[in-house]
Amino acid sequence: MAPLSTIVPERLLSCEFPILSEHKPFSKNQSLLLVFLCTILGAAAQILMKTGANRMANPGLLGMATNLPLMGGYCLYGISTLLLVLALKDGELSLLYPVIALTYVWVTALSFLIFHDHINPWKLLGIVFIVAGVAVLGKGGRR
Amino acid sequence: MKTPIGNMLLVLLASFIGSFGAVFLKSGAGQLRQGWQYLFISRQPPFFNWRLASGVALFLISSYFFVLGIRPPGELSVLYPMVSLGYIFTLIWSRIFFNEPFTRVKFIGLFMIVVGVFFVGLGSK
Repeated sequence: MAPLSTIVPERLLSCEFPILSEHKPFSKNQSLLLVFLCTILGAAAQILMKTGANRMANPGLLGMATNLPLMGGYCLYGISTLLLVLALKDGELSLLYPVIALTYVWVTALSFLIFHDHINPWKLLGIVFIVAGVAVLGKGGRR
Repeated sequence: MKTPIGNMLLVLLASFIGSFGAVFLKSGAGQLRQGWQYLFISRQPPFFNWRLASGVALFLISSYFFVLGIRPPGELSVLYPMVSLGYIFTLIWSRIFFNEPFTRVKFIGLFMIVVGVFFVGLGSK
């Protein structure tokens, strides 16, 4: 009888997901995009957690577990960490890690839109610097 | 300055621990090259991807100290820049543990981000 591997593709037998095991390493831009998504999810997680904390009746463990926005926030953090791990797989840590500061930008924007927090010139200046710094990291160094 | 030294030390500790969390995530991520299923289980002994697990654990510990540190009367304008010190720690560990080169682009980009985080902190009351 023919060996199983001639009937069933080798890839299925070893149950490896082609997206990770056979693909080329992520390019620098792909890794940056993953961290970018990770910061958006992280900011959404913080907003959800803030929403959950605002409506927390009793701060016990049960109160936390039944707090839907809070739990949603934790889940988003989990997904965001997963994306960060994927990005770090092929990308440089020293280049990708500072990009996480973009989270400050989204949180500032979202808390202005949702909680009507004040935006003052200092925050605006900070956002400009962070975005410019991330642009420098992204544009510079062809790798 | 009204921010107690204790709050500063807690936030500093948080960013220090967090920077090691990033190092462990990166080293655990290397094992993902073999496939998705190695997210938690690695091919070589001891089979459990303890590096990724340690990275996540360090991040959790770090966020605990961070929350302790930013409690009142700590001021975010003083404490946020200390968070971005974590990026500088990470730059150093990246060179030591992963042989990633120091480049001018990294220094300039990182400097601008640290300044930006400082200003965001200044604007947060």
